[in-house]
Amino acid sequence: MTTKPSSTHKLLTAALVLPLSGCDGLQSVLQPAGKEAAEIATLFHVLLVGAVVLWILVNGIFFYVTRLNPRPLSRRAAETLIIGGGILFPTIVLGILLAWSMSLMSSQRELGNAPVSVSVTGEQWWWRVQYRREDGSLLASANELRLPAGERTEVTLTSNKVIHSFWVPALAGKMDMFPGRVTRLALQPETTGTYRGQCAEFCGTSHALMAFQVVVMEPNDFERWLDDQAAPAKEPEEALALEGRQVFLREGCGACNTVRGTPAAGTTGPDLTHVGGRTTLGAGILPTTPDAFTRWIQHTESIKPDVYMPSYEHLEQSVLEALGHYLKGLS
Amino acid sequence: MSLRDDANGCYPPTEAMLDEPVDEQWQDNSKRRLRDVWKTPAGWRYWSAVNNSEVGKWYCLTAFFFMMCAGVLALAIRVQLAVPENDFLSAGRFNQFFTMHGSAMMFLFAVPLFEAISILILPGMLGARDMPFPRLSAFGFWCFVIGGVFVLGSVLFDAAPDSGWFMYPPLAIESEGIGSDIWLLGLSFIEIASIAAAVELIVGVLKCRPPGMRINLMPLYAWYVLVVGGMILFAFPPLIAGDLLFELQRSFDWPFFDPDRGGDPMLWQHLFWIFGHPEVYIIFLPSIAIAAMVVPTVARRPIVGYSWIVLSAVGTGFLSFGLWVHHMFTTGLPALSLGFFSAASEAVVIPTGIQLFAFVATLMVGRVTLNVPMLFIAGALAIFTAGGLTGVMLALAPFNWQVHDTYFIVAHLHYTLFGGMIFPVLAGIYYFYPVFTKKVLSPRLGKWSFWLLFTGFNITFLPMHLTGLLGMPRRVYTYQTGLGWDWLNLISTVGSFILAAGFLLFAWDLLRPKSREPDTARNPWNAGTLEWTHDVPEEAWGIRSIPYIRSRYPLWDQEKLVERIDAGRFYLADAAEGKRETLVTSVLDAKPIQCMRVTGPAWITLIAALFTGGAFIFPTFHIYTPAVICAVFAGACILYWLWTSTAPIPEQDRKPVGLGLSLPIYASGPESAGWWGVWITMLGDATAFISLVFGFFFYWTTKTDFPPVGSEHANLLFMLLGGAVLLGAWALTLYARDSNTKGHVARARKALVLGIIASFTGMALVIWSVRSTGMDPQAHVYPAIIHALLLWLTAHVAVGVIMQGYCLAGSLFGKLTPRYDADLQNICLFWHFLGFTIVVCVLVMGIFPRWL
Repeated sequence: MTTKPSSTHKLLTAALVLPLSGCDGLQSVLQPAGKEAAEIATLFHVLLVGAVVLWILVNGIFFYVTRLNPRPLSRRAAETLIIGGGILFPTIVLGILLAWSMSLMSSQRELGNAPVSVSVTGEQWWWRVQYRREDGSLLASANELRLPAGERTEVTLTSNKVIHSFWVPALAGKMDMFPGRVTRLALQPETTGTYRGQCAEFCGTSHALMAFQVVVMEPNDFERWLDDQAAPAKEPEEALALEGRQVFLREGCGACNTVRGTPAAGTTGPDLTHVGGRTTLGAGILPTTPDAFTRWIQHTESIKPDVYMPSYEHLEQSVLEALGHYLKGLS
Repeated sequence: MSLRDDANGCYPPTEAMLDEPVDEQWQDNSKRRLRDVWKTPAGWRYWSAVNNSEVGKWYCLTAFFFMMCAGVLALAIRVQLAVPENDFLSAGRFNQFFTMHGSAMMFLFAVPLFEAISILILPGMLGARDMPFPRLSAFGFWCFVIGGVFVLGSVLFDAAPDSGWFMYPPLAIESEGIGSDIWLLGLSFIEIASIAAAVELIVGVLKCRPPGMRINLMPLYAWYVLVVGGMILFAFPPLIAGDLLFELQRSFDWPFFDPDRGGDPMLWQHLFWIFGHPEVYIIFLPSIAIAAMVVPTVARRPIVGYSWIVLSAVGTGFLSFGLWVHHMFTTGLPALSLGFFSAASEAVVIPTGIQLFAFVATLMVGRVTLNVPMLFIAGALAIFTAGGLTGVMLALAPFNWQVHDTYFIVAHLHYTLFGGMIFPVLAGIYYFYPVFTKKVLSPRLGKWSFWLLFTGFNITFLPMHLTGLLGMPRRVYTYQTGLGWDWLNLISTVGSFILAAGFLLFAWDLLRPKSREPDTARNPWNAGTLEWTHDVPEEAWGIRSIPYIRSRYPLWDQEKLVERIDAGRFYLADAAEGKRETLVTSVLDAKPIQCMRVTGPAWITLIAALFTGGAFIFPTFHIYTPAVICAVFAGACILYWLWTSTAPIPEQDRKPVGLGLSLPIYASGPESAGWWGVWITMLGDATAFISLVFGFFFYWTTKTDFPPVGSEHANLLFMLLGGAVLLGAWALTLYARDSNTKGHVARARKALVLGIIASFTGMALVIWSVRSTGMDPQAHVYPAIIHALLLWLTAHVAVGVIMQGYCLAGSLFGKLTPRYDADLQNICLFWHFLGFTIVVCVLVMGIFPRWL
């Protein structure tokens, strides 16, 4: 069921991208890992070839008549050019392109009987994620999306406050997220791996710092992971981590963030129950190492300008380290 | 046609009449008189000039200055993005910079520059002495300067708008500080000035052509002015309506875009892009128009496919209003509407293609001479076709879903704007420069700046296509390393400085002193159109005498034309009464119908612009009393200006204008330029009103609870009564006009007095019908939109009352008589539109919500 990208467009992609950079293409339209993105990449490659040919043709004619062979031609030839090049040719080509794109349009956004359903809410500047489980319960997470390969997923999008846009180039086109309105997107990842998504609608000061990771897993792994996520937070074992939990609760972190299994039950900020197991911190901008947690909590406002969470610069380094240790342990 | 079939005397002139020599003595005397009348004021009084050659020049240079400022912002943006995780600009400042870069380029450069260039060259092309309303051009220019300096200056105080040039709510509404208000009020102010200029340009094209220049003989540039002017008229008002709603929410918390109180941020997106997409063509078409003037000259033969081009330009204009949703493909609209707008967006390729191929065809049949203007046209074609082809890609919704709001779009839009505007405009500057200065710009520097611009542009923007495909979104102040974007961004930054060097070199060439260089001939490129008969800078009169035209390229086809023009053989070669005059002709076949007196230098336009600026700028800081005072003074200035200089009663009814033709000096109703000015302005005004009404129906169709169940409505009885009384005021105004025409002056005055009373009474009743209920505009969007309509109606009735009073005063003080009744004719036209507004308001505010 996995539709591999065609070899021609792989080749084209390679020809375009490889000589240019050694990039890993985490966020690239040209390296699709999902059905929707692959279809669009094929469309793009056809368009690209057509555009290059037409560009050369039009400018070639111009160059020919002004430089290479600047002698008067008949009026008839000129009128043929206007009618042929200006009307007939574009009508046919555009008709074909429109038919193709319209057929893609309806299939791309079709939900089918999507077995997986996730809702994502745009916040300033992070992503609130909720998985709808088979029993109808909702499982809260943030800033990371895990999806099973080869299955159709319905993503329900909305926003708190301002407009954002949900975009994972390797999987599909983007969809805007509005306050007071629900939009939908269908995804069908095909290749396992980690991909990057980023907010694509300007949403304020730190718009640039609103990213997330999508981890595409084998369906069985995904189910197992989902069960793990449903469990409450792990009990810290080390002394440092235990101290970190005390600090977390003492400093009032729980007023904004939830850590299931502890008194922390705030919902203004991201759910942190399994934050240590995520691939990134701060909505795709830092790794989830204990150091990164410490740095983030200490300098939140300078790392992410205008963010709602205050910096905890007044805390001592050792206290912050304990906190970082505790959070990293929440895997 | 016989020579005497017209009440005005001989028309058209015969070859024999044109061949008759002109008395030398008279030539000298009339020349002297004409020169005196059109003299540009010297010294500090220079700034009171209103003539199109001066105002047009200031306008162009100011727009160019704003462009350079916005370019500096772009360079700062490029420096910040040169390397990942840079800290050259803070996030906040970067957001201000990109917002202002876009806003300034659009509102302070691209659209005003079209109007500036047109004010400068259109009268020349039409053999007119000036624009029909010179003081309006000057007023528009001063508004533009004040608004532009205010909006752009905010960057220096870290107070600039920072929500993007598209100002999407809720972000832009919640944005702290005065940035959003500066954008809304400052740019509304400029938009109104833009509309004023558009009105004037349209009237100029329709009414101020030379005798004989039928509408199918006019230069293509004039056609484009007509199309683009019309587009401005219908595209800007929806944005102004949107600005009004937006500012009402910012200042008074009326929740038009707040989903919690029934509002919808999507309404703004619709209003903004109904403006925003035609805007693209408003920028693009005038530049095509410049190409349409340059290409025939270069090819040394008339344009091929004149009618095709005209039809395509009109077609593009129409289609451009049906494309706006392609800016909203990712908002989750239904597939049906995506399909429709996708197809419409592709369809615009066809008229655009026809225009481009017509130019290529002209070059094919002609014998091409290569010069600097042509080099820029070639560059424009290379860049624009690339932008157009990516446009074809973007109109396909699925592809658009991927690259929307990425650097691919940044590349695409700059390709269309550089190819579709910057390069043709530069070609135009190189081409038209000798018309105004009798100098040519340096071909050597021209080639250098061309190649710097061309390579710099492509190095900057070509890689951006790939940057976008690799996933880089627009409007990000920084990015992480490792995504493949690093060195692409670095290349773009390097390219942007090469591009900037090209602009600097061009600016130097444009502004460097050239007094030592020899003057060129009057028509150095050997072009065929009338502007090349200009004898500036020596003579400010525009054209020595207004010729009779029989060809699209009169300088090529009409023998001895220039000699005869110079000898004063044609019309209006003299200024016997010491007044500035130009010819008004009929709309389609350009038969001369009036010798119109146009206004000369004045300070009142500058003063009026200052007060108008105050009325818009003070509310930005939420200071309302001085704003109201400024608005009152601005109104007073404008009334003074109208009273003292528009439609003055002439000392004689008609005068000989040359070649045996005698024309009336005064015209009223559809024969006069003023009536057309009012009519065209009101089309724009009605568009803004319809946009507000669209808002009402938008809420009704997209919201399930509009109006909310059990909400209070306006009092129906008072509403109907008020509406009826207001319609009575309309009827009284019309009755006043008819009585006045029949000579019943006393009856007309009485009708006007009663009309004023009816206006006040009717409006009071309508206001009472809304305000006597518990409708609270802050509570929900339903009462808010009703109040917005009420505000609109009140403001218009107030203007209607001022007009009635103005005519009453005119009648009492002898400015308005049964013969000289232009003012009364014009206000009736206003009241027709007001009548429509009254009826729609009563229906929407009073009756319709009860049905729902």
